[in-house]
Amino acid sequence: MAQPQGLLYSKEHEWLKLDGDVGTVGITDYAQNSLGDIVYVELPRAGSGIKQFGSVGVVESVKAVSDLFTPIGGEVTEVNRALEGDPSLVNRDAFGEGWLYKVKIANVAEKDALLGPAEYETLVAEGAH
Amino acid sequence: MYAPHTDADIAAMLATVGVSSLEELVRVPDAVALKTPLEIPPALPELELGRKIAAYAARNSGATEYASFLGAGSYRHYCPPVVMSLAMRGEFLTAYTPYQAEVSQGYLQVIYEWQTYICMLTGLDLANASVYDGATALAEGAIMALNATGRHALLVSSAVHPNYRAVLKTYARGLELDVDELPLASDGTTDLSTLEARLADKRYAAVVLQSPNFFGCIDVPSPSARAAIEATGTVPIAVVAEALSLAALAPPGEWGAQIAVGEAQSFGNPLAYGGPYVGFVATTKEHMRRIPGRLVGRSVDNRGNLAYTLTLQAREQHIRREKATSNICTNQAHCALVATIYLAALGGTGLRSVAALNVERANTLMKRVTAIAGFSRAFASPIFNEAAVRVPASTTAARVLAGLQERKILGGVDLGRWYEPLADCILMNATELTTPADIDALCAALTAIAKEHDVAGRV
Amino acid sequence: MPAASEMRPEPLIFETGQPGRANTYFRDGAPLDEFLPETALRAGLPLPDNSELDVVRHFTRLSQRTFSIDTGFYPLGSCTMKYNPRINEAMAAQPGFRDLHPFAPDALAQGALQVMYELERSLSAIFGMAQFSLNPAAGAHAELAALLIAKAYFRKRDEGRERTTVIVPDTAHGTNPASAAMVGYKVVSLKSYARGRVGIDELKAALGPDTAVCMMTNPNTLGLFEDHILELTEAVHAAGGLMYYDGANANALMGNSRPGDMGFDLMHLNLHKTFSIPHGGGGAGAGPVGVSARLIEFLPVPVVTRDDAGAFHLEFDRPDSIGSMRSFWSNFSHIVRALTYVYANGGEGLTRISQLAVLNANYVRAQVKSFLDTPYDETCRHEFVASAQELKRETGVRALDIAKALLDRGYHAPTIYFPLLVPECLMIEPTETESKETLDAFVASLREIVETAKSDPQKILDAPVNTIVGRIDETRAARQPDLRWEPAKV
Repeated sequence: MAQPQGLLYSKEHEWLKLDGDVGTVGITDYAQNSLGDIVYVELPRAGSGIKQFGSVGVVESVKAVSDLFTPIGGEVTEVNRALEGDPSLVNRDAFGEGWLYKVKIANVAEKDALLGPAEYETLVAEGAH
Repeated sequence: MYAPHTDADIAAMLATVGVSSLEELVRVPDAVALKTPLEIPPALPELELGRKIAAYAARNSGATEYASFLGAGSYRHYCPPVVMSLAMRGEFLTAYTPYQAEVSQGYLQVIYEWQTYICMLTGLDLANASVYDGATALAEGAIMALNATGRHALLVSSAVHPNYRAVLKTYARGLELDVDELPLASDGTTDLSTLEARLADKRYAAVVLQSPNFFGCIDVPSPSARAAIEATGTVPIAVVAEALSLAALAPPGEWGAQIAVGEAQSFGNPLAYGGPYVGFVATTKEHMRRIPGRLVGRSVDNRGNLAYTLTLQAREQHIRREKATSNICTNQAHCALVATIYLAALGGTGLRSVAALNVERANTLMKRVTAIAGFSRAFASPIFNEAAVRVPASTTAARVLAGLQERKILGGVDLGRWYEPLADCILMNATELTTPADIDALCAALTAIAKEHDVAGRV
Repeated sequence: MPAASEMRPEPLIFETGQPGRANTYFRDGAPLDEFLPETALRAGLPLPDNSELDVVRHFTRLSQRTFSIDTGFYPLGSCTMKYNPRINEAMAAQPGFRDLHPFAPDALAQGALQVMYELERSLSAIFGMAQFSLNPAAGAHAELAALLIAKAYFRKRDEGRERTTVIVPDTAHGTNPASAAMVGYKVVSLKSYARGRVGIDELKAALGPDTAVCMMTNPNTLGLFEDHILELTEAVHAAGGLMYYDGANANALMGNSRPGDMGFDLMHLNLHKTFSIPHGGGGAGAGPVGVSARLIEFLPVPVVTRDDAGAFHLEFDRPDSIGSMRSFWSNFSHIVRALTYVYANGGEGLTRISQLAVLNANYVRAQVKSFLDTPYDETCRHEFVASAQELKRETGVRALDIAKALLDRGYHAPTIYFPLLVPECLMIEPTETESKETLDAFVASLREIVETAKSDPQKILDAPVNTIVGRIDETRAARQPDLRWEPAKV
C-alpha cells in the first residue's frame, strides 16, 4: 500500500504534516492496523513542550499499549478532543480525522531526520516480514 | 497427598513419556540436587491432622474467652450464616481470576456488583475489583495521585491509622518520595490551620485524611480547607478504615474526595488475626485510567446478550509491564465476594440498622466509662464506633489494660504504642456484638483497677 | 439445571428487591442524630433490600455460572490449579483462629503464632532459605518486598546510587518489571537463547556495576529447568548483584532441588499455588518472602520469633527492616491452610507431589506433541508450552480459538499468549491432583479440536457455543466503560 504523499514519517510509525511552523501529528495506517481496535489515546497536554522522538503519550488497544513518540519538537498547541469520545477515529481515518495533536515547531530543520513516503513504505514492507 | 495415581497409572504414564522412573524424570544437575530428605515431619492422616491443628486453635484464648473492646482497623461484627454458606460454595472458592469470561460470568457479575456497592457507599464514580487491604489501598491511591499530578510528596494526617502510614512509608522508600504529616488538633481531628500555607508551593500530590479517624473521631475538612486543596491542584484522598461507617456518615464523594480508599473487612470478613481482608479503591471518572488492579465491565456478546468481562486491562502489569499503574495481580476477590453477599443480605435497611447500633453502643460505652472517676474522653469530637479514653493520672494505659486482661477483658489498644503523648489513652471499640453485660463487666473492672492503682499511687 | 447456553440472564442484585423486604438481623439502634450532628450524616443509602431466599438464589445461580476446579479440569499454566483440600477450610474456620483480633496480646495468641512460626520454618527447610517473612499479601506484593529488601541492602552498603538495574529474562511474569518500576529500578530484558533458557554469555553481557537484581524463575515459564543455574547465580554474585527467585513455579521443585542451594538470595512463594490454598476467584493469595542469611535483617515486619522459654512473639523491632507491607501481620487464614497442607503431606509427600506434577505435565506433553507443535521438545517440569502457529497458518485457527473450543468441551483453557516469546502459545499445567483418566480425556478433546480445525475450521472459530454467553465485545467494554450499575434516570 502506498503511503500518502505530502507527509513525513518517523520510524516509530507517526506521521507529520507541515504547514509553515505548525505541524499536525498522527499515527500511520500501518500502526493503527497492527495495534487493532484502539480504545484510548493519551495525548500530551496543550501548552506542554515536547522534544523530537520523546515519548509524549500512549495508544491503547484492548490488549496492547504502544508509546507515542513525537516526530517533531516544539509546543503542543491543540489536541484532538474528538478522540476522547471516539478513539476509533484513529482506526477509521488515521491520516485524517484521527489526527492526534498540533505542534508549534521549535526547529523546522528537525524534519530532516524524518522519512519521506517512499522510504517509509520500504520500512513498512520490511517490517511486514 | 491428594494425588490419585496408582502404581499402575505411574508405570503406564512413565512408559508413554519414555522414562523409566519418577526419579529419572525429575533429575536435575547433581550440583543443585537435594540429597537429603526434606526436614518436614511425616504425613498425618486427616483425623490426626485435624486434632493437631485444632490444638493450635485452642491455644488462642484471646479469640474465645475474653470480652473484647479491640478495634483500631479490625472490627468484630455479626455475619449472618447465609453469607459464608454461599461464599464457601466450591465454584466461588476454587475459581481463579476470570480470564475466560464466557465461563466466569457469575463471578464477574459478583465483582461488578461489588464495584457498584463501593461506588454507592463512597459516593464516587467507579471502584476496582479490590486490593489487598486498607493500608495497601492507601499506597495505591497515593500512587494514583502522584501520577495525576507529577508531584513527589504526600501530606498525611497523623490521625490516619499508624499501620497505614507505616505501609505508605515502606512504599515511599521504593518510590523515593517524601511523606509529611499534619498534626492533631485538641478535639481529636486533624489540625488543618496550616494547610493553606503548606500547600502553597504545590509540592504535595495529595492530602490524606481519614474519617472516622484512628481515634474514632469524624474528621472531614472544612469548606475553607477544601478550597485550599482544590486551588492548589492537590488530590484529596479519603481513608475509611471502618467501611461500616459509610452506612451512616456522609460519603467521601460528598466532601470532595477524588479518591477514597479503605478496608471493607467489616462487611462479613472475620478478624482472622489480621487477614485476609479486602481493600477498596474508588475514584472519579477523571482518574479512571489511573486506578490500579482489575476492573470488571459490562458489554455485549456476539449473540446480543449483556455480558461481563475484565476490562481496561491495558493499565495492568501483564500488558503495560514496567509502566503499569501497579504491580498488583492477584487481589482479594473472595473477600470482596463475602462483602458483596453480606451487603446483599443486609440490604440498605439492615446496614443502616447495624451502623446505628454501632454508634449507639459506642456512645453508651463512653457514657458509662467516663462516669467512672478519673476516666474521660481524650477528644470531644463525635464518634462512630470507637473513641480514645484517658485513664486516671495515677496509672497508665498499659497498666489498666494489663489489669483488664487479668479479668478476662481485652480493653482496647494502648495508644502509647504509636503516640507518645497519648500513653495514658486507650482506644476502645464497641459494635453490635458488644453486650450490656460486657460493658458492665468492663466498668466494674475499671472501677476496681482505678481504686487499686490510686491506692498504689498514694503509698 | 438447564444447560449453560440456555440459562437466562441473572438480574443484578440492584434490579431486584423491594423496600420492606429487609431481613431482620438486628434490632434498630437509636436514631443517629441523637449522637451525631446532621451535617455528618449521609442523606440516604439506596441499597436494595432482598429477602434471604432471593439472596441465596441469586448467588447460587451466579456460582453455577462460574468455572472452578471443583467443576472441571483447569490446566491454566503458571497458576497451579490443584485440588483445594477441604480440611484446610475446616481448620481455618475454627473460632480460635477466625475470631482472633490482630491486636490480641501475644500471650493470648500463642497457637496462632506457633502456626506462623512452624510454616515459616517449613518453608525455609523446603526451599533452603535462611528465613521467610509471611507479611506480603500475594506473589506480586512479595516481589515488591524483595526488591525493597535489595534496595535497602545496597543502600546500607553504600551502593544504592549505582545499583539501579534489574535484569529480567523475556520469559518472566509481567509483575517482575512492574514491581521493579515501583522501587525505581530500570529493567533490562534478557533474551532466552535457543534452548529456551537464559544464556550465560547473554547474562554476563547484561551484568555490570549497575546491576542490582536478576529476577528468574526455575523452572522457567516454558516449564524448563535452567540447568546452568549455578553458573548464572555465580555470575550475578561476581558482579555484586543479588539473585531473586520467582516462586510461581515452585510446585515442580519440592524435595528435589532448593532455590537456596542454587544460589538465590531472595524468593517469594505463592501459597495459593503450591500450597493448595483456594484461588477464590482471584485472591486472597499469600506471598511469603524468603531470604538468605545476609538479608535477614531487612525482612518486612513482623516476623515471628521463639524465645528460650518456647514462647512465640511478633517481632517488630528490627531497625534495618524495610517496614511492613500491609495493614496487619499476614493473610493468616491462609497460613493455617498452608501449614495444614504441609503436615497432611509430610516431607515425603511433598517430594512425591512435585514428582507427580512433573509426570502429569510430561504425560500430556508426550501426547499433545503428536498433533500440536511443542517448540521445546524435551522433558519439561510441571508445565509445558505448545504452539498453534502452524495450525493457524494451515487453518486460521489461533490459540484463542482453541481456548474457546475447550470451554465448550467442559475444560478451562490453558494460559494463552504467554510467555510472549512463543507465538500462539498455549501453556498447560495439569498439576498432580488430576488422574490419568482426566488427562486422557483432555488430550482426546484437544486432539479432536485440532482435527476439527483442519476439517471444519469455522466450527472452532465460532466457539464457544455451549456457554452462557458467547465471545464478548471487549473493544466496546474498553471504549465505553460500564463499570457499575446506575439507577435508570427518570
